Amino acid sequence: MTLRDFIDKLLGRQPASAGMARERLQLVLAHDRSDLNPELLEQMRREILEVVSRYVEIDLEEGDVSLETEDRVTALVANLPIKRARPNPLPPGADPSMATV
Amino acid sequence: MGAIIWGTSGKHVTSAQNRTILICSGKGGVGKTTLTANLGIALAKQGARTAVLDADFGLRNLDLLLGLENRIVYTAQEVLSGSCRLEQALVKHKQEPNLSLLPAGNPRMLEWLTPDDMKKIAGLLAEQFDYVLIDCPAGIEDGFKNAAAACREAIVVTTPEVSAVRDADRVIGLLQTREIEPIQLVLNRVRPRMMANQEMLSVSDVTDILALPLLGLVLEDDQVIISTNRGEPLTLNGTRSPAGQAYTNVARRLRGEEVPLADPTKEGQGLRAKLGRLMHTKIF
Repeated sequence: MTLRDFIDKLLGRQPASAGMARERLQLVLAHDRSDLNPELLEQMRREILEVVSRYVEIDLEEGDVSLETEDRVTALVANLPIKRARPNPLPPGADPSMATV
Repeated sequence: MGAIIWGTSGKHVTSAQNRTILICSGKGGVGKTTLTANLGIALAKQGARTAVLDADFGLRNLDLLLGLENRIVYTAQEVLSGSCRLEQALVKHKQEPNLSLLPAGNPRMLEWLTPDDMKKIAGLLAEQFDYVLIDCPAGIEDGFKNAAAACREAIVVTTPEVSAVRDADRVIGLLQTREIEPIQLVLNRVRPRMMANQEMLSVSDVTDILALPLLGLVLEDDQVIISTNRGEPLTLNGTRSPAGQAYTNVARRLRGEEVPLADPTKEGQGLRAKLGRLMHTKIF
């Protein structure tokens, strides 16, 4: 955050638009470059979360799976805070929310 | 086309030292044709034999920007079909005889051009000129593919706007799959004050996102429209206008000269500029 962003926030003004432009561009370019549509990405995200949560209990509120692009290389970045490990991994297809630890 | 004589860093150079450069952007209206006209004149003034080829024959405008619209008799199509010689189709600029224009076709013949046709035309021009600049049509369809087929290197023009940068990114991807190299960036229509206020993508935002070396930075300049009205590119009369200077610098860098790039938001030394910098210091 820059000083200007801070003052804008204090005064309740709209933040400068360049930051928004940058974020929106990075997101749209990640999709353009990977040729993944948002729907497929969402499906993949759900499946990744499902697999991971069979092994560890993750914080779904804080978790994030997204495409990030740097230097024209796109990476799938998953940031999944682990609450605790499961001593016994769940079988495929099990509903993690039903499992007792 | 002449034989490949030598290559450095994957870049091949034909017959003596010809460089055939595609000028493209993806999005329309960002300044491809203006760059082609000004760069063509600037290179010619610096002593390089230069040809500009208007590959956008459906909506051709390069003739108009160069003030040559009344002197076109033949186009590349007549050259290829054998109904005239290349010399007859080339329109030499009166004030700057090192520069010649060749229109690819006229708007009535929409379907004739193929990538092979473009390669042949570019090959003919490469025998006579040091630089061949190809003004690419907007879009990424046939017109782009034709023009790209004839080039070894490219200049991508964009403005600091989300739509232009996105389209530039698509074009860069396509150029890279065609192994066109080097690809360099010209950032056009920069408004320093908006940039300083962080209401416009910064220079580094654009270069980071597109990951291309910056060949030039052109400020938004009313003189561009005035020169277009007159059909006299800014680089023609050694104008001191910011855009004219920027285009001249693009030509010098293209020829290998080291010309420093100034950060448009860091130029001022006054209180306003200092305050602007303070406002954009990261605090946390």
